Amino acid sequence: MIKIDHLSTYYETIDGNVPVLNDLNLEIKDNEIFGIAGESGCGKTTLLKTLYDIVEFPLVIGHGKVILSGTKDGKPFSYESGKIRNSWWSNISYIPQAAQSVLNPIMRMKQQFLDSIPRESRKNETPEETLGRVAKYLEELSLSPDLLNAYPFQLSGGMRQRMIIALATFMSPNVVLADEPTTALDVVIQRGILMMLMRLQKQQKNTLVLVSHDMGVHYQVTDRMAIMYSGSIVELGKTEDIFSDPIHPYTTMLVGALPKVGDKSQKVGIPGRPPAFTNPPPGCRFAPRCPHAADCCRREVPRLREIRPGRYAACHLFSEEAEQNG
Amino acid sequence: MAEKLLEINGVSKIFKIGGMIRGKKLVAIDHVSLSIDNDKPVILSVVGESGCGKSTLCKMVLRMYRPDTGDIFLLGKPYSQKKGYDPLQFRLDVQPIFQNPYESFSARKKVDTYLFNTALRLGIVKTRSEAEKLIDETLCNVGMSLATVRGKYPTQFSGGELQRVSIARALLTRPKLIVADEPVAAIDASMKMNIVNLFKELKDKYKVSFIYITHDLSTAYYVSDYIATLYRGCLIEYGPAKEIMDHPAHPYTDLLMNAVPRVGEKWDNSVVLPDMEENEYAISYCKYAPRCPYAKDKCRKWRPELKPTTGDRQVACFYPLTEKSRDRS
Repeated sequence: MIKIDHLSTYYETIDGNVPVLNDLNLEIKDNEIFGIAGESGCGKTTLLKTLYDIVEFPLVIGHGKVILSGTKDGKPFSYESGKIRNSWWSNISYIPQAAQSVLNPIMRMKQQFLDSIPRESRKNETPEETLGRVAKYLEELSLSPDLLNAYPFQLSGGMRQRMIIALATFMSPNVVLADEPTTALDVVIQRGILMMLMRLQKQQKNTLVLVSHDMGVHYQVTDRMAIMYSGSIVELGKTEDIFSDPIHPYTTMLVGALPKVGDKSQKVGIPGRPPAFTNPPPGCRFAPRCPHAADCCRREVPRLREIRPGRYAACHLFSEEAEQNG
Repeated sequence: MAEKLLEINGVSKIFKIGGMIRGKKLVAIDHVSLSIDNDKPVILSVVGESGCGKSTLCKMVLRMYRPDTGDIFLLGKPYSQKKGYDPLQFRLDVQPIFQNPYESFSARKKVDTYLFNTALRLGIVKTRSEAEKLIDETLCNVGMSLATVRGKYPTQFSGGELQRVSIARALLTRPKLIVADEPVAAIDASMKMNIVNLFKELKDKYKVSFIYITHDLSTAYYVSDYIATLYRGCLIEYGPAKEIMDHPAHPYTDLLMNAVPRVGEKWDNSVVLPDMEENEYAISYCKYAPRCPYAKDKCRKWRPELKPTTGDRQVACFYPLTEKSRDRS
């Protein structure tokens, strides 16, 4: 389980600190596929980096923390921000954006696998035995074990992405973070890779956090999802509910703008552009683009509240409904 | 019959990969024929997965690559003919829009210099004040204005805005054909539809035809009049967009349609992913046969040719899908 507790982060720049995540609270449960959606520059990748504890200059945690906890081989564990690093690969792993370019092109795949597997988990084995295990695992994923002898530059983008996923899930970590795992790949490969991720999650019963800006991908893959806008979560809930009955105006417009095969009716995108982090508008950050914005939206920042059971949204328009439901 | 705006006639492009001696030939485009009528503007979508030759085809239409076989005709004039070729006129008639707007504009130049250079150097207008008027008018049509663009660098725009500017730049010359290579692939979901809607609007307003290259079938369905599916360099299906998308006849188009992550309908069965992609280019029988769930012996012996079926449609398959065969699978 990952618990995000009042997390705020900022980037240090010459012109001062740029806050990106603002007081984020979130709980990602065990054995679920959790999606994070939002347009580019809304803080998706910053959030994932903080979850994975790659907090390096210029990124700084201003307030709050991330707690990773669970049980591995019957033993409970719990790590906080700053210590999560110690559990990389075995308890948490990360499939980065543009994963095709994270492999060293002039090192054979098998060497890269050996380098990534923690020493403790292969101390009684020869490298050959470890590679035997890897080959077996690749076969389970219907990848050819011969690929271990290949150099990354010999593989296509989709194939490299699948090798990265194999690498990230080999130690069956409790949490897998995937940052836009299918950007730059075409639809057929995308479908293959997403289905592979879903199958792995079902087998290993772990947590998969999937970040993508493609709403269609979220519908297909995730169980629960959060919609981010300009550094905060604006809506959180079961994926199906979000699509069938969006609450926040941003989500409504996002879902309404999705083109569908078999539907030629006129669709409109969302006018305007997301605000800059350096000089955000007071109040709700979506207010300048929102068709329903009232005066209070431009003054007060809405909090994320439970509007219906299991459905959270940060919008003033629904505050009455939220109070009725307690 | 009226003169065609663009006629692609049996065009091929072969790339050599690897060394001089052990190099392999890769047929990126294999005898593709397509045409766009002149009498009414249309949007022709070219769809297919990465590496199917979409971009190569687009570069040949833009005269960036020379075809190895066949020829392309613009308003009846062949590309191969050196005599009478006027580069200036060609650039006025055919304009490109590229995938990533941040890459099509240099980060160190102001965006409006591109607009002024296009207007002045291609001789559309003579003076700077005329250019300003033309640019402002064109930018207004894509939902921007010269005042918001002037003096700004590319990084000061969002992806969607910058893509609008590059569309406006292409429109300055009042072209007959715009070749858009994955214009919305790098754009956020909330902006995507605005750009795609713009194509529809501009088509009628400026009487400009589009070649819209994409792997996103949902926007292709939304925007286009005709669709051409490419697979490993071969044109395998062509026809009116709605008919093809509603009832794909080629198994590969069917696969593409089902791979779109759509809302409201979950994926069921798994897909076959290509293993050795380079080898597929060299196959002499139907290139899709190794992955095709319907492949029969005949498919592994011969290459099907593009044949007309009902209406305007053409398909290259020995056993095109019908309603009946799709239900059975």
